[in-house]
Amino acid sequence: MPRRTDIESVLVIGSGPIVIGQACEFDYSGTQACRVLREEGFRVVLVNSNPATIMTDPEFADATYVEPITPEYVEKVIEKERPNALLATLGGQTALNAAIALHDNGVLEKYGVELIGASVDAIQRGENRQSFKQIVEKLGAEVARSRICHTLDDVFGAAAELGYPLVVRPSFTMGGVGSGMAYDEADLRRIAGAGLQASPTTEVLIEESILGWKEYELEVMRDKADNVVIICSIENVDPMGVHTGDSVTVAPAMTLTDREYQVMRDLAIGIIREVGVDTGGCNIQFAVNPADGRLIVIEMNPRVSRSSALASKATGFPIAKIAAKVAIGYTLDEIPNDITRQTPASFEPTLDYVVVKVPRFAFEKFPAADATLTTHMKSVGEAMAIGRNYTEALQKALRSLEKPEARFSWASRPATELEPLLEAIKTPHDGRLRTIMDAIRAGATPEQVFDATKIDPWFVDQLYLIHEIALQTAAAPRLTPEVLRLAKRHGFSDLQLAEIRGLTEDVVRGVRQALGIRPVYKTVDTCAAEFKAETPYHYSSYDEETEVAPRTEPAVLILGSGPNRIGQGIEFDYSCVHASMALREAGYCTVMVNCNPETVSTDYDTSDRLYFEPLTCEDVLEIVYAEMQAGPVAGVIVQLGGQTPLGLAQRLADAGVPIVGTSPEAIHLAEERGAFGKVLADAALPAPKHGTAMSADEAREVAEEIGFPVLVRPSYVLGGRGMEIVYSEAELTAALGRLSGGTGSWEHPVLIDRFLDDAVEIDVDGLFDGDELFLGGVMEHIEEAGVHSGDSSCALPPITLGNADIEKIRQSTEAIARGVGVRGLLNVQYALAGDVLYVLEANPRASRTVPFVSKATATPLAKAAARVMLGATIASLRDEGMLPAEGDGGTLPTSTPIAVKEAVMPFNRFRTVDGRSVDTVLGPEMRSTGEVMGIDDTFGTAFAKSQAGASQPLPGAGKVFVSVANRDKRHMIFPVKRLADLGFEIYATDGTADVLRRNGVEAITVRKNSQGPGPNGEPTIVQMVHDGELDLIVNTPIGITQGGSPRLDGYEIRSAAVARNIPCITTVQGLAAAVQGIEAQRAGDIGVRSLQDWVPRIRGV
Amino acid sequence: MSQTAHNPALLVLEDGRAFTGTSYGATGETFGEAVFTTGMTGYQETLTDPSYHRQIVTQTAPHIGNTGVNDEDDESQRIWVAGYVVRDPARVPSNWRATRSLDDQLKGQGIVGIAGIDTRALTRHLRERGAMRAGISTEILDPAALLEKVLQQPPMVGADLASEVTTFEPYVIPAEGEKRFTVVALDLGIKSMTPKRMAERGIEVHVLPATATLEEVLAVNPDGIFMSNGPGDPETTEHPTDLLKALLQRGKPYFGICFGNQVFGRALGLGTFKLKYGHRGINQPVLDRATGKVEITAQNHGFAVDAPIGETVETEYGTAEVSHVSLNDNVVEGLKLTGQDGRVLAFSVQYHPEAAAGPHDSAYLFDRFVELMEGRA
Repeated sequence: MPRRTDIESVLVIGSGPIVIGQACEFDYSGTQACRVLREEGFRVVLVNSNPATIMTDPEFADATYVEPITPEYVEKVIEKERPNALLATLGGQTALNAAIALHDNGVLEKYGVELIGASVDAIQRGENRQSFKQIVEKLGAEVARSRICHTLDDVFGAAAELGYPLVVRPSFTMGGVGSGMAYDEADLRRIAGAGLQASPTTEVLIEESILGWKEYELEVMRDKADNVVIICSIENVDPMGVHTGDSVTVAPAMTLTDREYQVMRDLAIGIIREVGVDTGGCNIQFAVNPADGRLIVIEMNPRVSRSSALASKATGFPIAKIAAKVAIGYTLDEIPNDITRQTPASFEPTLDYVVVKVPRFAFEKFPAADATLTTHMKSVGEAMAIGRNYTEALQKALRSLEKPEARFSWASRPATELEPLLEAIKTPHDGRLRTIMDAIRAGATPEQVFDATKIDPWFVDQLYLIHEIALQTAAAPRLTPEVLRLAKRHGFSDLQLAEIRGLTEDVVRGVRQALGIRPVYKTVDTCAAEFKAETPYHYSSYDEETEVAPRTEPAVLILGSGPNRIGQGIEFDYSCVHASMALREAGYCTVMVNCNPETVSTDYDTSDRLYFEPLTCEDVLEIVYAEMQAGPVAGVIVQLGGQTPLGLAQRLADAGVPIVGTSPEAIHLAEERGAFGKVLADAALPAPKHGTAMSADEAREVAEEIGFPVLVRPSYVLGGRGMEIVYSEAELTAALGRLSGGTGSWEHPVLIDRFLDDAVEIDVDGLFDGDELFLGGVMEHIEEAGVHSGDSSCALPPITLGNADIEKIRQSTEAIARGVGVRGLLNVQYALAGDVLYVLEANPRASRTVPFVSKATATPLAKAAARVMLGATIASLRDEGMLPAEGDGGTLPTSTPIAVKEAVMPFNRFRTVDGRSVDTVLGPEMRSTGEVMGIDDTFGTAFAKSQAGASQPLPGAGKVFVSVANRDKRHMIFPVKRLADLGFEIYATDGTADVLRRNGVEAITVRKNSQGPGPNGEPTIVQMVHDGELDLIVNTPIGITQGGSPRLDGYEIRSAAVARNIPCITTVQGLAAAVQGIEAQRAGDIGVRSLQDWVPRIRGV
Repeated sequence: MSQTAHNPALLVLEDGRAFTGTSYGATGETFGEAVFTTGMTGYQETLTDPSYHRQIVTQTAPHIGNTGVNDEDDESQRIWVAGYVVRDPARVPSNWRATRSLDDQLKGQGIVGIAGIDTRALTRHLRERGAMRAGISTEILDPAALLEKVLQQPPMVGADLASEVTTFEPYVIPAEGEKRFTVVALDLGIKSMTPKRMAERGIEVHVLPATATLEEVLAVNPDGIFMSNGPGDPETTEHPTDLLKALLQRGKPYFGICFGNQVFGRALGLGTFKLKYGHRGINQPVLDRATGKVEITAQNHGFAVDAPIGETVETEYGTAEVSHVSLNDNVVEGLKLTGQDGRVLAFSVQYHPEAAAGPHDSAYLFDRFVELMEGRA
């Protein structure tokens, strides 16, 4: 059966901004889907508010709408584009929820749009717990005993019946939002209360606990001829009780007999049929009681999920691509397996290797958050590794996390006390495997480890195996080939071996290489070598035979950005993928190195070769060596993947690896304060007064000289990690204590800068070829300086800067590019204060804003950068048409639309230990997980779109609460007055209300939280927020300090706002922007327009 | 137990390629045809499958033995593989049903194995060069010396092995529930799940030795005839082929699996041939040519039937055609014989609907056998 001919155009909905629980895996799946649909000749219409995605590149769809994924906006797109079909199963829960809303409100029917992939009925059967339970029971299987509840009374009734502990799961939320484990009535009241709130249907499931059971997932695919195949089995090392997104997981399942596996397989097939997912993929989760094998079906996702991305990378079977093909009518046997080319997709991949995924958390960004792992997902990213056995894969995965404390270490003496370690491993936490290893080192028995963790004894034994090899390596008289080879086969890095032997990593590497012990590269081929693989998707292993093919065309290695984390995510993957595309086209053999399974870069289709490997110096050096054996290597690109590859640059160069683009010396010049200061001085560019310090005393001296407030931060970090603004010496001392972890000293110098109050912050992305500067884009931050640029919203073109300012920015940027010696991309941050343009910092690499700038200016910056790094000039790229023939991002015509980038914060994912929200104040340390873009003719509409896209839509009317710090009172008067004029009711606390009244704005005084309820029961502001009485909250904090420490009323108000999802503005500039957005919304219908349609306006044609 | 404490072992292929690893299971030496199987689960079933008789089986899945060995999953009374090649054997078994470790089981049954070698390199070699004779030794560690012994071994082509794996005495597996049919199952290397699948459907299964005569078969007065899987070259199966011809002449409904498919092919006058490296795994896609549906099947065969796909072949028993084909390489995976009225008279498949180990997609074939005996097919 060939593809359907009765539909011509398909609307694809993406997943919007990156949030915890829904990350760039949906860019990977959506990009695959768009590619397939276009190849098949459909007109593809795409809606996705996330500009950092590959899928929103104009070349992946016929009409790309970077618009909010809300029913209102998607309806506008449907009205304009009139697609025949809607594919919503590849955009995560966001797309699925939007599709259901458009079905429920009749829009799909009105415009005759057919939902393909999964019907609304199937989605509801799969996601509604009651109907799902009936389906499972009909198939003769069990679900956990449970009750559906709609009120807290129901909940307590269920608890009486089922007994504690209980699991609470809200319906229709993603990533387990609002779910949790309740051990007593207080827990239950808190978790179920929040869960009812989080569920769009005010529905929670109260379920018997199957804590400690083994947990599995199957990825299932079905076509319209009812062929069903299992793509992958995944086993969680962490047993039930930890969200699968936060678990260490393994593929294929390691501890199942065939009989047990086949029972699961039969059920999975039965379930996808009964639920009625006609075409496409879904995943089904199971729990198994280790004592007697009792099997329970946990849940299904009737769509492509995070696990699907993992399964695709783990097996080489591209689930999203195949799901798109079956959605448009193909059957599985008609689709060739890309990797073997000779065999069809209607088969079940079989693995001759082991895949381990480990989560990456960001608790360091939210010190107040409860770091216990629960059924509510908290990780922000993940790394995957492939090895020929579990130990190899596990140790590779742990070092892929780039957290030194994540990997196993035998450097220190074993702990003398076992009990605290055994106690610690009872609670799932980030790094628990390391804690278990420490317990093993301290003498724990396998039984003790199992009793404390319920981790399957086979996995526990593998940890003992690793430990025994470490001990053997330590005890060996010499590092013989046998000793090294054995350790390497179980995944030990040169660094770990160096620690064990008391040597340096370089010495271990030297010995190892001299002995000829190097990894070989095997191929992920879907079929365990039964058929020849045509796709060079490789992983390393210390085995015998390598499969890297020789080649003649010059190779360029592109180092990716590793696991997603706050500050380094999809934006860097975007640049890497673009480099690969551009260099492939230019005739290079592109070789991608990355370990993040969620990304487009690790799609085996993206580059000529893919190495799914950790981004450590050792692993990269070995790949370079293998590729040098295979043919000529033109160079390695380190400037596109963020800080991870940049941090490797010098060591790679020292080892003789050719780095293309900006040299490691130049990178150092920009990173190192003193050297950079000289560059600025030579070019006569002002910078805020600054200094560096290696000790606390030195830091105090520097701060004294510069004058408070100062910005304190460590060097060589991304995302403002550890950055704080301090207003006094006492605050400085506290901040330094946090930075040094109490030790009082640092490996790299601490940077101290004068903090410019009230400055306009400007972000610039430029491209420099050694001679000419191409100013990519100039972004004006909406929040004042002091909010991390990644968390700040910004506008492009800049909304208040004049031509003279831009000219100054151009000259400064060029001077810095020249002075540093940039070849490729450069990001500079400026602060404009009192007509002086201060240089805050310069980064000679791709920045987080490259994709946003590329989309807002219709210029493929990262592609051009890759070409420049390999020797092309800006002039030649203009001739080629890759860059505009004339002008650049600094000379955009007045017809250019305004693009607003807004950050999306993860505050709703975290709770403090006592169950309250963490503080939401923005500061110099980046904490956002994702971003959205709003684009329109004027700033107001673009800003309104950006807020809607970030799930914080501005209200059109209603009640506004205003409470601002003294220093903001003057600036808030005009915007608040405007809101009052627009008909908003203004509420304020004493001080703010007085100021407003004196300025002619009627404001109703509300009681502070600290005042408590009034004598006649007047509620406090916090109660009002909790009761959902307010539509907008404006609350600027008193001083900006590190997030996390509760600050009285402000904190209570803001965290209540998070809990109720009420828009909460924490800067006065944000308020002004919001007022413009509200005015734009009220002015009338906001339209939608595709990126392709904006191009003539950007080009000024 | 440390990984280095094991004794060395050597694997040598008849073309001289050698792999050095560590001893696994029993020590000593063993010879057989080197093949690989790609199933990620079901090593216990694989080891006890008589079709692997005289074969040195390589598991492409690296971790073997994780779930130990239990009392329920054996497919016959003993381990049949001649030798066992794995990469990373489990040190401790972990499963609620496990009663002992695989290592102990192999030792107990004297199965010589090798661990720690690059099984993927071996698999790729066999894929490119074809299945071939091989030897594993923990005693001869010189490749040239072991190669000499390998070359003295008989090849698989021309090997008549059914007599070595078949039951000596007939036995009966009673029907579960109400008995509806009696079937004679000729044991050419039958797996225990096969009569069980029939018994579940009300069939009383009389398992007869491979040497059973026509008279002995007819004496059971069967409603249908079944021939099982088994090892060896189908060209050597004169007796079962002649027996099946005689039974087809008598109009007995027939169902064959694996070797039983090849015997059926030969009875219909079709040829058989040795595949380069065979089909061994539990993920093999097969197309049912009648319905267009795909089944994921368990397979274990080194030989295949040579028959024209998409054409019919007239035989003295009726019209024969290929009913199933492999989607991977178009190898014949099933045969069907129909009478003049279009009714199915007999059928067989090259793969394993009894599926132990493997997926249950093809279990419907046992229902089809019931329908055949009911005269409904």
